[in-house]
Amino acid sequence: MAYSEKLIDHYTHPKNVGTLDKSKNNVGTGLVGAPECGDVMRLQIEVDEATGVISDAKFKTFGCGSAIASSSLATEWLKGKTVDQALTIDNMDIVEELNLPPVKIHCSVLAEDAIKAAINDYRVKNGMPALELEEKKH
Amino acid sequence: MELKLPIYLDNNATTPCDPRVVDAMLPYFTEKFGNAASRNHSFGWTAEEAVDYAREQVAKLIGADPKEIIFTSGATEADNLAIKGVFEMYASRGNHIITCTTEHKAVLDTCKHIEKLGGQVTYLPVAADGLIDLNELEKAITDKTILIAIMYGNNEIGVIQPIREISKIARKHGVLFFTDGTQAVGKVPVDVNADGIDLMAFSAHKMYGPKGVGALYVRRKSPRVKVTAQMDGGGHERGMRSGTMNVPGIVGFGKACEICMNEMEAEGQRLSKMRDRLEAGLMQLEEAYVNGNREHRLPHVANISFKYVEGEGLMMGFNKNIALSSGSACTSASLEPSYVLKALGLGDDLAHSSLRFGLGRFTTDEQIDYTIKAISETVLKLREMSPLWEMFKEGIDLNSIEWAHH
Repeated sequence: MAYSEKLIDHYTHPKNVGTLDKSKNNVGTGLVGAPECGDVMRLQIEVDEATGVISDAKFKTFGCGSAIASSSLATEWLKGKTVDQALTIDNMDIVEELNLPPVKIHCSVLAEDAIKAAINDYRVKNGMPALELEEKKH
Repeated sequence: MELKLPIYLDNNATTPCDPRVVDAMLPYFTEKFGNAASRNHSFGWTAEEAVDYAREQVAKLIGADPKEIIFTSGATEADNLAIKGVFEMYASRGNHIITCTTEHKAVLDTCKHIEKLGGQVTYLPVAADGLIDLNELEKAITDKTILIAIMYGNNEIGVIQPIREISKIARKHGVLFFTDGTQAVGKVPVDVNADGIDLMAFSAHKMYGPKGVGALYVRRKSPRVKVTAQMDGGGHERGMRSGTMNVPGIVGFGKACEICMNEMEAEGQRLSKMRDRLEAGLMQLEEAYVNGNREHRLPHVANISFKYVEGEGLMMGFNKNIALSSGSACTSASLEPSYVLKALGLGDDLAHSSLRFGLGRFTTDEQIDYTIKAISETVLKLREMSPLWEMFKEGIDLNSIEWAHH
């Protein structure tokens, strides 16, 4: 299975690997996947409270190259977006950008889930109701 | 000597043809192209002679009589022929087969097929080290048992089953013993008489011979074993396997067996030394675990789990330069990791984190050094970006987390 150059680049030089302080109120953390399934993604956003813009995003991922690249790409896309804009990121955008093969589409779904979980964590921390999330097939 | 990349460490999947094997085969594609079944001209006689000679070479490697060798298209066909052939031939005696959970799919799926035909199959579990329990084997035997099918050496973890003890139990109860010798023959001494084997499948391409040719050993004396043909036609191979003989392939198989016979002892020592060095080098990493019994093992195989990194992701870090296999299959079609590692009782997390190393005749010390370095670096790099590693380092019990299963 040949991977795209963009995917390999994200795997080789992942962007925004790291950890944000999850105790901070303006940091939202999403942890999705399971070790038994072979992928776990943790994605974090830090929101500028004055503007509502995501000022920083970090990830750590246990998984295959496609999972690592999907989360790396997601953090890049998140930075500079408002929380509402971030919600519009669709897994198929990730599939297209990284040219994921069909068997790896679930990696992009996981990345979208991680974004939404991080946003929900941020919302709940800040007194907003969690969003109902539609179930996507993995 | 300069190190040439990529490095091939997947010799359990297949091996390159030894150039000596290729040299032996070449004339049989062109000037000596005859059909070994052509009885009335010299082209046929030449081909038949070549097949006869190869049959002797193959038989010699396993201590068999040449008449006990049936050439097939490979080990999968030989597995099928042995199990289905015995099931049909001995139907009047019983319908029960005993095998184990770590067998190759060619055996397991054939057994599943037998179940569909109304046969009974017992799948013995294995211990954490990959070995079957002999008491359980004996207890599983009933008056309907016709066959015990236990592999010689495992393809994923290299563990060698107690073949002689198994055959003793089989003999005691008058049950036939079939072993899938694909990974073991040519690598460790296999002797069908000393080992008490009644039927054995093996393949050329795992021992530096060509793909597309293998053999089934079928014992002719004490007891005389027969299998019902699964391929009907011209009655080749004493009626047990019809189809035009793959003469060049068989010649190559014979040569490959002869080379293994002559070089096995020294080569086994060289490989186990290199394998042990590879293992020692990689075990320097924290949270690295060798899978399977380390004492009863093929000399060229190592299977190691690097906890908190995923196998496929790990391989991507070096698969441009090193070719090997992982026990992880991270696809939407199958999130299931290796069934062999799971049969050892490994958690899915460790099974997903495994790499299988298959060293071979052309593996060098320099390649091992390079591999230790490249893999260690990738493991460390990926752990730095693994949330599980971070949790482990913070002392968080991963089992205490409620994971979102998908």
